[in-house]
Amino acid sequence: MIYLSGFAPFQPTPGLALWSLVIFVLFWLIMGKYAFKPIANALKKRESDIKDSLEQAALAREEMAKLNAENEQILAEAREERGKILKEAIDAKNTIVNEAKAKAKEEASRIVTSAKLEIENERKAAMISVKNEVGTLATDIAEKIIRKQLAGDNDHESFVGNLIDEIKFN
Amino acid sequence: MRRLFSFILFSMISVFMLAQGHDHDHGDGHNHDHAHDHESHAGHDHDNGETHAGHDGDHHHANYLISNPNTDCGASVSVDQNHEYDPTATAIHHISDANVYTILDAVRIPLPAILYSKDRGVEFFSTGKFEAGHHDNGAKSYNGYVLFEGNIHKLACSDKFVDGTTAVDGFGRVEVAGADGKSVERRYAVIGGKGFLLEQKTIWDGGILGGGVTSFMDLSPTKSVVSMLIVCLILFFAFRAAAKAYTKNEGQAPSGIQSFLEPVFQFIRDDVAIPFIGEKKYEKYLPLLMTIFFFILGLNLWGQIPFLGSVNVSGSLTVTMILAVLVFLITNFSGNKNYWGHIFNFPGVPWFVKLILTPVEVLGLFIKPLTLMLRLAGNITAGHIAILSFVGLIFIFGNSGTNMAGATTGTILAIPLTIFMMSIELIVAFVQAFVFTILTASYIGAATEEHH
Repeated sequence: MIYLSGFAPFQPTPGLALWSLVIFVLFWLIMGKYAFKPIANALKKRESDIKDSLEQAALAREEMAKLNAENEQILAEAREERGKILKEAIDAKNTIVNEAKAKAKEEASRIVTSAKLEIENERKAAMISVKNEVGTLATDIAEKIIRKQLAGDNDHESFVGNLIDEIKFN
Repeated sequence: MRRLFSFILFSMISVFMLAQGHDHDHGDGHNHDHAHDHESHAGHDHDNGETHAGHDGDHHHANYLISNPNTDCGASVSVDQNHEYDPTATAIHHISDANVYTILDAVRIPLPAILYSKDRGVEFFSTGKFEAGHHDNGAKSYNGYVLFEGNIHKLACSDKFVDGTTAVDGFGRVEVAGADGKSVERRYAVIGGKGFLLEQKTIWDGGILGGGVTSFMDLSPTKSVVSMLIVCLILFFAFRAAAKAYTKNEGQAPSGIQSFLEPVFQFIRDDVAIPFIGEKKYEKYLPLLMTIFFFILGLNLWGQIPFLGSVNVSGSLTVTMILAVLVFLITNFSGNKNYWGHIFNFPGVPWFVKLILTPVEVLGLFIKPLTLMLRLAGNITAGHIAILSFVGLIFIFGNSGTNMAGATTGTILAIPLTIFMMSIELIVAFVQAFVFTILTASYIGAATEEHH
């Protein structure tokens, strides 16, 4: 303590005491009101915001997982449905094709039958017409032969030959 | 590597510059003594004082020996021819408060003086009137006041010097045996070739440290007060900017000054306030804890800046005393039934133990703030003294500037030691601010703790 007697920094002086009291108290009040309180509140708000956001994120993630599971189920159902529909479609196609085939066969056989009938009829008509033609030809030839005999014997043979030629040309 | 080298070079230049400031005194201080004598004889004439004012900045005041130290007014004096560099006095001068703000012994900013004396009432003037020179000694006295080592003192016969300025030749100190056998230092201002005793400043120590209430009181905003104001303003603008940034980019990541202050703020809140005071009550005390922490930290760091006055504010017992008293009042006014119960009537102990425990607890009430006060002031002042001692090596080795080789050796020694000390002090600045805050929080926590 004796050594401290001349030690100015450790001697409490009234001026410094009063000034430091005033400055510190003012600093405390002003900083408290205009700096530390707003900062503390802002920090608190931000922290609670972050906490809320994290909680919400966790909730969202849960929701997401649920939705995913649902989606999966829906997809599976859809896939099944698709399979069913496809199968039905294939069946329907097969029936239609088979039916069509049967109908086509029937139609074809019907056409063939009618074609055959037509051909037979045509052939018959043609035969009749050939017969008629041959008859006419024979009659013609016979008529011409008869006419030649009447005109001369010599010329029979050449005449018949001509006639045959004529027939050939016809 | 290059950075380290330039840092050491810079430090070397700086330390040398600091050394130069002191060399002047001892190198050519005595040459002016006769000139002083001439001046001082004409000293009472104010016009004469004015004409000599022109070269007051250049010459330095001599140190005087006091021949008849029991005379208050007009003691005979002689010039001290063998005045030597006194490391202790220099160190104390550098860490003491002052009525001028001196930067590097080159720039002296006068501060307002507010003085109260019983016989004259309140006086208000600028300390520029003293025309402070080397060692912050005033070349003039003003209305019976002089400036000695940066501090305003009242002359014992101040009534002889009531009107205006008078030239001061120099100062002297002498040890005399006091009434109780202890040695007492008497300081003299030499005016007109005669010594005039300087009255002690009023010191609020109750006489424990050799002080007491004298006839005058210095209520001036001193160097420490100015430093406090500067530090508070810097902190206010920094935190205001941060607080505005919080409203401006609300909910966003911190940027700029926010990201600098936020971790510290959160550290005090999460590691000091909440664990000690509790989640429920901490908000009420948070501004106080933050203010204490940043006030102390700011002042600690401000005092660490070299060449900016090296102000020892948080190392001044006056300032830490005010902080400790406030903590004491706040703690005890927040004290609940449980707290007082633990002091006066400790639950669960027999009556004869209480006879010992209660006085101890009551003593503890006062010892707690007392330790707060001494710890902070002691640590910061010790740091300042350590640095000044290492710088002082230059003057001791250099025989006060007469031995260049010694001064160079001292400089080479002083630089690494000073760098090391300043690094330590940087840690101490944070640690002491933190310790003061955490202890305050723990005292408040103990006072407000609910019964469990």
